[in-house]
Amino acid sequence: MANYLLKNIEDPRSAEISVYESKGGYKSLKKALSMEPKDMIDEVKKSGLRGRGGAGFPTGMKWLFAAGDPKFPKYLVCNADEGEPGTFKDRPILEKNPHLLIEGMAISGRALQAEYGYIYLRGEYPEAKNILDKAIAQAYEKGYLGDSILGSGTRFHLAVHQGAGAYICGEETALINSLEGRRGQPRIKPPFPVNKGAFQKPTIVNNVETLSNIPLIIEIGAGPYSKIGNPECPGPKLFSVSGHVNKPGVYELPMGTPLREIIYEHAGGIRNGKKLKAVIPGGISTPVLPPDKLDAPMDFTSMPKHGSMLGSGAVIVFDETTCLVKVTLRAMKFFEHESCGKCTPCREGTGWLRAILERIENGQGRPEDIQLLEDVSLNIAGKTFCPLGDGASTVVINFLKHFKGEFEGHIKGDYSYKAATG
Amino acid sequence: MTLAQGAIAEIEALRIKYPSGRALLLPSLYIAQKTYGWLSPEALRAVARHLNLPEPIVKGTATFYAMYKTKPMGRNLIQLCTNVSCMLFGAEKLVDLLKERYKVTPGGTSPDGRFSLVIMECIGACDRAPAMLVNADFHPGLSEGNIFGILEEYK
Repeated sequence: MANYLLKNIEDPRSAEISVYESKGGYKSLKKALSMEPKDMIDEVKKSGLRGRGGAGFPTGMKWLFAAGDPKFPKYLVCNADEGEPGTFKDRPILEKNPHLLIEGMAISGRALQAEYGYIYLRGEYPEAKNILDKAIAQAYEKGYLGDSILGSGTRFHLAVHQGAGAYICGEETALINSLEGRRGQPRIKPPFPVNKGAFQKPTIVNNVETLSNIPLIIEIGAGPYSKIGNPECPGPKLFSVSGHVNKPGVYELPMGTPLREIIYEHAGGIRNGKKLKAVIPGGISTPVLPPDKLDAPMDFTSMPKHGSMLGSGAVIVFDETTCLVKVTLRAMKFFEHESCGKCTPCREGTGWLRAILERIENGQGRPEDIQLLEDVSLNIAGKTFCPLGDGASTVVINFLKHFKGEFEGHIKGDYSYKAATG
Repeated sequence: MTLAQGAIAEIEALRIKYPSGRALLLPSLYIAQKTYGWLSPEALRAVARHLNLPEPIVKGTATFYAMYKTKPMGRNLIQLCTNVSCMLFGAEKLVDLLKERYKVTPGGTSPDGRFSLVIMECIGACDRAPAMLVNADFHPGLSEGNIFGILEEYK
């Protein structure tokens, strides 16, 4: 499959509008301007596109809900807050192919009759901020954004809103609070953002990669699009691969590409001839898998059948020398730091889990600690506003499920599991 | 104090982008931080006054986000990622080296005021780990061999 999302990114001038146009860019927007909004939504629904941020919600459904709300104005917000550890898939779009995203948002704006769009960009990507600001200015100049896109009467304005270092703002209601100038804490649902989101108005929050798929759907149509990859959740998918592989990076592959192919063919296999020990397939919050699960197709419907989730498609690979207790501990420090503090089970529980893991890692673990880790985890899961707490719980439960011996070994003082990981 | 004229102009230029004045708060905090180096109590008060927001709201918002600095920073801010993918390639060792060379601990500033160090939670550079931001500059592919050469450029 030829690259679509990452098309042309080797060209050092790929972020320039002239280069993007010369490769067929903004043609889908021109086509969309002659389509009826409801037909556009129908096309996206029929395409089978599912949200690429991690939850995999059908994009067409979300759009229908928002379009069905009679309140105006409506806001289209691009979630560019990718903060799930291991995830860097949106970065090449933001930095190297910004016009694909802008085109996707302008098309989506017309479909949703949303006249205002924001790109909520994580504060950790200052270069992307400059690139996007420049690209948006170019798009205004060329008439692809503004009060009347290419004289069509379709209005769409777009601005970048910079986050300030809070993982939780990747959660859509926290993101909306942050956009409104508030602390980035999640809101209770319902009401859902599609009915009452940013500035109390219907708001559609879609991931960078999701919105970047829209021009392709408009270009080739829902039928051909739905035949790319797994028909249950089709399309091209970006996988960010890191850890102990020979060629870490972002790979664009059809949805449903097996984990084994991603790691061994595209990412070049395990470094230094070592053996694979474990892999986190979809970002730190998704369940870790042992090597015997490598044939799992990486898509939203297959991964749960193999004991994990697609998440953001962020594959983190651990070789046989990795101390997985240390990995779990580092992951928990992350969750403790990023818990927004709103829900007690998450705020307190992540700290307790970190403390228990710390003493196990430091050789002061107690035999009852394994049970305690499980108890605390299960008392966080499902008891919080947003999925951050579930993520923290998932990490512990699944590392214990597959690698309990390593935790027990640490507690017994058997460090044959422990290896040089810095 | 009141906000510097340049900062006010920058904030006002953004007003057209948002339907509410409150939404200007995050960008205003960035602008104030850029102008004064950090968000002192006076700077927060000035932002509150300019946006006509209660001071506790402004402070409460600023302190929620890791990238707003409510204590003085060194001349250069090192934001080093030690999350899992960076940890696998020795990020924690780099923290130790920084401690040793510059006497700077995570969350703190070196005695000579040259560097502040903040540990980051994934900066999306896992394929080029470990990585850091120094001020607004991105430096991936760090190692014990190259980190001091990079930091040498920041006085």
